[in-house]
Amino acid sequence: MTSANAEMFQASGLNKRNERVQNSYRILFGLMTLMLITPVLLILGTLVAKGGGVISWEFLFTAPTDGMRTGGVLPALLGTIWLVMVALLLSVPIGVCAAIYLSEYAGDNWFTRTINLAIINLAGVPSIVHALFGLGAFVIFFGFGTSILAASLTLAVMTMPVVIVATRESLQAVPQAFREACWNMGATRWQTIRRVVLPNAITGILTGVILEVSRTAGETAPIMFTGAVFFTPFLPESVLDQTMALSLHLFVAATQVPGIAEEVPFGVALVLIALVLTMNSASIAFRMWLRGKKKW
Amino acid sequence: MVSQSALERPPPGSQANGESGGSPIKLAVKDLTISYGKTVALKGVSLEIREHEIFGIIGPANAGKTSFLKAVNRMDLFSSGMRVDGEMRFNGLDTRQLNNLYALRSRIGVVFPLPVGLPMTVYDNVALSPRWRGITNKAELDVIVQRCLTRAALWDEVKDRLNALGSLLSGGQQQRLTIARALSQEPDLLMLDEFSIAVDPVTTMRIEDVLKELRKEVTIILVTNLVQQARRLADRTAFFLNSECVEIGITEELFTGEVKDQRTRDYVEGRFG
Repeated sequence: MTSANAEMFQASGLNKRNERVQNSYRILFGLMTLMLITPVLLILGTLVAKGGGVISWEFLFTAPTDGMRTGGVLPALLGTIWLVMVALLLSVPIGVCAAIYLSEYAGDNWFTRTINLAIINLAGVPSIVHALFGLGAFVIFFGFGTSILAASLTLAVMTMPVVIVATRESLQAVPQAFREACWNMGATRWQTIRRVVLPNAITGILTGVILEVSRTAGETAPIMFTGAVFFTPFLPESVLDQTMALSLHLFVAATQVPGIAEEVPFGVALVLIALVLTMNSASIAFRMWLRGKKKW
Repeated sequence: MVSQSALERPPPGSQANGESGGSPIKLAVKDLTISYGKTVALKGVSLEIREHEIFGIIGPANAGKTSFLKAVNRMDLFSSGMRVDGEMRFNGLDTRQLNNLYALRSRIGVVFPLPVGLPMTVYDNVALSPRWRGITNKAELDVIVQRCLTRAALWDEVKDRLNALGSLLSGGQQQRLTIARALSQEPDLLMLDEFSIAVDPVTTMRIEDVLKELRKEVTIILVTNLVQQARRLADRTAFFLNSECVEIGITEELFTGEVKDQRTRDYVEGRFG
């Protein structure tokens, strides 16, 4: 009896094999994760090592001087913040509302399926194509000229699909049973969305917005035809001004300015990444605060 | 009696359409057919549910019981592909002709098989429907919340944590919360769809006691797959099978063998494959 029992709990050959296989997969997945974070660490390390030296209050808060060989990045830094903020103001309300319509109101028919397909395709259009669209539509046709408005509109069009897809997915992650419970109580669709669906989808929507911030701040092609300029000593004062932008300034400093100190482009890149990380951290903190209140 | 609130309610005399014989008829269904695309979920059902009775509906899975409840609440408007034909009169009013379906649904409380505690506090769960019909006064809401939770036999367990999340209560508590929420609608009709499926036997008994009390105030449709539960609670019971209503009768008669259809006897006696 006892010996039979003891035998039963002895690892058989099959058990041992399963254990070995399971371990090798764990190591494989762990290695892949390591490979994933290596480039990130290398990039950040290089930027800090090579560009950290130029970062100073002066670098951040003065305009470039001496044909951009010396001085700081203030016009570009402010320009990027303007571009990102205006683009967010334009794309988030439109994108979120459109996603709510598609997910909560529109029926499942060929029309909405076509729209959904179009949105996915729009997300795949290269940014240079958006740039040309922005040039034709906003700069020339609507007559905004090369301005923050035209550039931000272009960025907004480009990033709206991301917002729509992220919003729609987080709306659809809210259990259907919640909606049906409300509808059965005589609630309208809007009452249900307002009281139950949106409060529980907001963290996912913010994720979409964070993604958009990162992407918008780093884009170069869409803004170089529509609003960003090579050099201007003036700080942007309205959405109709032209502006410098960090991403374009990085390209210019790295390739177009002879005799520039080698560390300056690295410094510009570091400022750009720090800006994106700061904006992302703020929204992540907000998201975690909201998630603390998540309710199921 | 159900108290009249700020809610829009159809005129009270509207059930006098010459259909009712003795006690007033709450819900009259004639030739009801429900289909999803080419699949027929329920065909040709006619029945009448009287005021203040518990009307049981028994039958195996896929018999069309849940579809019937959805049709009563006009939820076909929220489910694409669901088609309802036939006549349905609630308090004498044809629900196919009603233009304010939100008012209809707000007068009908529904309890689902799996408890749905909405992701908000216990208090908000119960105050949701009153708020939607325009009650904002805190003191007034407090009274409603306490009364509904008490009637659902949940007050003693949650009175100290009304601000806890409704979705974090245990299954049985959530189901009573759902009942409290349905009662907060001050419903005319309460529909329970296999409410005990995810609830322990003790809680089931407590809810059954609650229902016996409630029968004095509201009409109840009890869909259940436990034939003994129908026997304990229902005044009259309908047996649905394969999308058809096989038989409707006084519940006790179905169990004492006075059935018209052999299939009913087989089902209530548990001899069904």
